[in-house]
Amino acid sequence: MQVTSSVREPLVTGGKTYKDVTHDVARQVEGKPTIGWMLGLAVSIGVLLLGSIAVGATVWEGIGMWGLNKTVGWAWDITNFVWWVGIGHAGTLISAVLLLFRQKWRTSINRAAEAMTIFAVICAAMFPVLHMGRPWLGAYWALPLPNVFGSLWVNFNSPLLWDVFAISTYFSVSLVFWYIGLIPDFATIRDRATGLRKIIYGALSFGWTGAAKIWMRYEAVSLILAGLATPLVLSVHTIVSFDFATSVIPGWHTTIFPPYFVAGAIFSGFAMVLTLMLITRKLFKLEDYITMVHIELMNIVIIITGSIVGIAYITEFFIAWYSGVEAEQYAFINRAFGPYWWAYWSMMTCNVISPQLFWFKKIRTSIVFTFALSIVVNIGMWFERFVIIVTSLHRDFLPSSWAMFYPTWADVGVYLFTFGLFFTLFLLFAKFFPVINMAEVKSVLKSSSEKVNK
Amino acid sequence: MERDTNFVLGIYDDEDVLKEAVTKVRESGVKIHEVFTPYPVHGLEDVLGYRRSRLPIAAFLFGLCGTCLALAMQLLMMAVDWPMIIGGKDHAAIPDFIPVTFELTVLLASFGMVGVFMVSSDLKPWAQPRIFDKRSTDDKHVMAIDIAVNSGLEEAKIKELLEASGASEVNNKSFE
Repeated sequence: MQVTSSVREPLVTGGKTYKDVTHDVARQVEGKPTIGWMLGLAVSIGVLLLGSIAVGATVWEGIGMWGLNKTVGWAWDITNFVWWVGIGHAGTLISAVLLLFRQKWRTSINRAAEAMTIFAVICAAMFPVLHMGRPWLGAYWALPLPNVFGSLWVNFNSPLLWDVFAISTYFSVSLVFWYIGLIPDFATIRDRATGLRKIIYGALSFGWTGAAKIWMRYEAVSLILAGLATPLVLSVHTIVSFDFATSVIPGWHTTIFPPYFVAGAIFSGFAMVLTLMLITRKLFKLEDYITMVHIELMNIVIIITGSIVGIAYITEFFIAWYSGVEAEQYAFINRAFGPYWWAYWSMMTCNVISPQLFWFKKIRTSIVFTFALSIVVNIGMWFERFVIIVTSLHRDFLPSSWAMFYPTWADVGVYLFTFGLFFTLFLLFAKFFPVINMAEVKSVLKSSSEKVNK
Repeated sequence: MERDTNFVLGIYDDEDVLKEAVTKVRESGVKIHEVFTPYPVHGLEDVLGYRRSRLPIAAFLFGLCGTCLALAMQLLMMAVDWPMIIGGKDHAAIPDFIPVTFELTVLLASFGMVGVFMVSSDLKPWAQPRIFDKRSTDDKHVMAIDIAVNSGLEEAKIKELLEASGASEVNNKSFE
């Protein structure tokens, strides 16, 4: 027997039936592309092409094209890397952690969030690969293969190598998780299609029939993948934070980094999910599936993770003072009042103050405010990584080495390239793949739709 | 193996009616070929009498392989083949090997389990599945009963049983 609640807000509005769900989601895939989508794609490809000039120049000339110097050896590249990886985290969190916690509200947003994860990790991977200088050798250097000079191996004591394993595992497990979820929906589209589309979606659906026995296995696979991906979410950003935390640089060498990075990742990831979801629901008319309940719940996650990040900032300051280590104390005073004060205070304003506005119900249930604040949070999280990396590096142990970092056109161009790549991939996904998980939305329709709550 | 070709299909609109129908049909001694649903119906596997999936065991075993592989690889490379002192650490710096070991455990467990799932469920890009009713991936639940398997029963009786169990439609389906 279904247990329904008349107290909780419905997750699917508009009195939808199973057929309506199929129709509303498959409509985008089956119909002609809209003007808005084509414009978006044209802009994204334009940005991608523009940015590819910078990528080409970097590959051709080397990373001397970037604004790095002898003191600031990591700057925009690693800032962008950590930022993009962080954005990816919400996807796995929504699909895996919320699945384990039996949160039904994940069903409308998990598909797009997982796609966002995959594309964000691709963008993230661009930066360390390009930073290797000779990326065509990158795969060789990072793989556990013996060196050409003898059987000298990669260094398993290095967090940079842990990153290689963490990011590639994260990417491949997320990709598999995402694809397994897509198979039943591809079958739905296959059964509605004719001609070439039937052949393509037939191949993509892997011969899915919806047999009860296979659904049972599918659910077992989903649950175990969720169970495996949940510690993966925590491990990936923990390992990314080890890139810094295992070093001896003041401002980096802190035990708070792993949980602080994970919270920050979820914070920025949810902000990006909100940005994308608000655009998608409007462009594809999916307001009945991505409802105010979804938006409000995501905003609540932003309040929680934003507050954790805020506490982490204060803790860093406290520990720097309490440790009595002068270099540590200097690093933090320099962050707030040194030459990069503007980056620090931008970070504080965007990440600590702005999400607190979501305590007001009027603000967290307003589309305009949510959209604006989701972008503010992402800007803030970019600044957070920039502050951590550049302010800690630019004041070296030797004052004679002190330097500033100034980005070049190539730095800006490579960053633009990843934006172009991300949005091009996302728009192609949104057009050719079902953007909402039809099967999962149907499975909660009987208990959480507007019909049953009436 | 020769495949059976003639089926009776009971089409259901509601998952709860379907589950009761499955119980009734099985109690009456009719063997159900398979039930097709557009989404996972919880509890359906119980009334159909399916055994619990052993995929978790596969995942565990593959994960164990990942753990062993990762530890063996790192120890062989760092401690046996080319031992070097890095950062004053031991050659066999086990705590340093934990991140990679964890990642490879997760990687092999996931890929191994998904591989087993794909093979055991016959899911592959070139598969040509038998579609009993296209609506089973849209909005209907379809119960397929193989006439040849239930040869002791008349087809009309099976149809009556399906109708009585709440099927909104009862159809015949033949495959060439």
